[in-house]
Amino acid sequence: MELIWQGVVKAVELVFGFDAEVWQITWLSLKISGCATFISLLIGIPLGIALALTRFPGRSLVAASINTGMGLPPVVVGLFVSIFLWRSGPLGFLDLIYSPTAMVAGQVIIAFPIVAGLTMASFQSINPNLSLQLLGIGASRAQLLWLLCKEARLPLLAAVMAGFGGVISEVGASMMVGGNIRGQTRVLTTATVLETSKGNFDIAIALSLVLLALTFAINFFLTRIQQREQLRWPKLS
Amino acid sequence: MAETLLALRDVVVRYGTYGALQVPSLDVATNDMLAIIGPNGAGKSTLLRVMGLLQRPSAGTVLFRSENGHDGDPLQIRRRIATVFQEPLLLNATVYENAALGLKLRGTGGREIDTRLRPWLERLGIAHLSARSARTLSGGEAQRTSLARALVLEPELLLLDEPFAGLDPASREPLRHDFQRIAKEMHITTVLVTHDRDEAFALADLVGVLKGGHLLQLGSREEVFLRPKTDSVAEIVGIENRLAGVVEGSEGDCSVIAINGARIYARGEFKTETKIVVCIRSEDVSLAPASCEVKNINRCKGKIFEVVSGRAHHRVSLDCGSFHLVAVLDRKRGAEQVLTEGDEVTAVFSPAAVHVIGAEKDY
Repeated sequence: MELIWQGVVKAVELVFGFDAEVWQITWLSLKISGCATFISLLIGIPLGIALALTRFPGRSLVAASINTGMGLPPVVVGLFVSIFLWRSGPLGFLDLIYSPTAMVAGQVIIAFPIVAGLTMASFQSINPNLSLQLLGIGASRAQLLWLLCKEARLPLLAAVMAGFGGVISEVGASMMVGGNIRGQTRVLTTATVLETSKGNFDIAIALSLVLLALTFAINFFLTRIQQREQLRWPKLS
Repeated sequence: MAETLLALRDVVVRYGTYGALQVPSLDVATNDMLAIIGPNGAGKSTLLRVMGLLQRPSAGTVLFRSENGHDGDPLQIRRRIATVFQEPLLLNATVYENAALGLKLRGTGGREIDTRLRPWLERLGIAHLSARSARTLSGGEAQRTSLARALVLEPELLLLDEPFAGLDPASREPLRHDFQRIAKEMHITTVLVTHDRDEAFALADLVGVLKGGHLLQLGSREEVFLRPKTDSVAEIVGIENRLAGVVEGSEGDCSVIAINGARIYARGEFKTETKIVVCIRSEDVSLAPASCEVKNINRCKGKIFEVVSGRAHHRVSLDCGSFHLVAVLDRKRGAEQVLTEGDEVTAVFSPAAVHVIGAEKDY
């Protein structure tokens, strides 16, 4: 118990003492995972929509791959991204290994199947006749797509949350492709691993509390938007 | 002669090898109120989707005011048509936003939307629900919203796919009534698809009968309902007594038709020896006690084998030896007669109530 309490105290000290390194690590985590989530949305949402609304040969194979990808172990992603970006690897000339860009790449590979899979599911839950009805009152193709996205906005927000949650908490890939270089590629999760292995439990606890607070704040914000228009359970008495 | 608004020419819709629709020619004129009736799977909804340019036919053309609907920009023509489906299919938004959607899609400004939409919300009795979320509406309210969404567009052609079928009778009847009044007042050219023949008869001036993707008959509702051209049409419009027979000869202004040994007189002249089908609407058959002497020349003695009593009618089935007949008796009048299974009665119907159709195949 003593240990945890010390950790909490340390966390408060570090955060409210505006410890430069903790803030730098937090900001980098947010930047890398935010960036990765954003790119995943750009890839995953159109892909999910395409999978939900169109039929093409090999569609079920792609859909099954996406669903498998939703549970992709980060260390596996880390391994393959490392191989590709390794100095002697196929993309070694880009000189990206152990850089924040490499971490973003790894996280995108983790997050985009999650976003695509959940987008596909949310579009498939829309009544298929709705498209026909919207065209039937004069929607153009582009307007139809926009209206369907609006209709699926609540589950789409869940996809954003799941994607972000998947990458901000991920450690395997970040460690392997980022290298946990102090001041350059050290993020909250990799720093926590490092401090724990050094026995600095107080700092490790402080870092994990920051991570928790961060993910909670972001999810709280998104949940507020999502739940604003929920159908209420009827009051019967 | 009203102008042709929409015309189908040699339209074929195939799903794989299955032919869902085959319409060589169909014209909808301005101010027409056309109902398409037919059993489930007849291709009614497919026909409506083709008319609304929501589905491209496998072959053939759809002309809207002589403009080919699938040439150039179908959106511009699609925006002069509005479709309402059986399910209300509203967006997760308020009633007002849902009803305003079509105008919004056309880039109409907020103030103009408001002036145009308000009267429609009033006419359909949903003005007080404007701010309500569409998810909290009853079936009838939701369908009213869906109709308002289509009607406010003042479409040149309104397409309705079973719009009242999903509603309970208590909300269906008033909505049907409201719609009928609006359609008559506003002269909206409408094509209504329904499996409910009473609805078709009540709302439409013109009726088309669709079966197996083929348009079997198209004409005024009286023509189709009272003088069906084929046995299938007679069945679809609800003529219960359809008896196969052969024309024997004529007597006066009537033809004599032999049905399984019995004789029936039908007004009109028909070629002797031809095989025909005789249609007698069950409402045109009345019953008299077996002992009673009736003047009418069509008298068939029979034994009642089934009586089904409905809210307004008794439906009585009799075995007349050579054939079965169904008589539907108005409950008010039928109440005087106590009818029970096993009773001997005389079925009576006028030769004018006998409609004769050729026995040839539909298609």
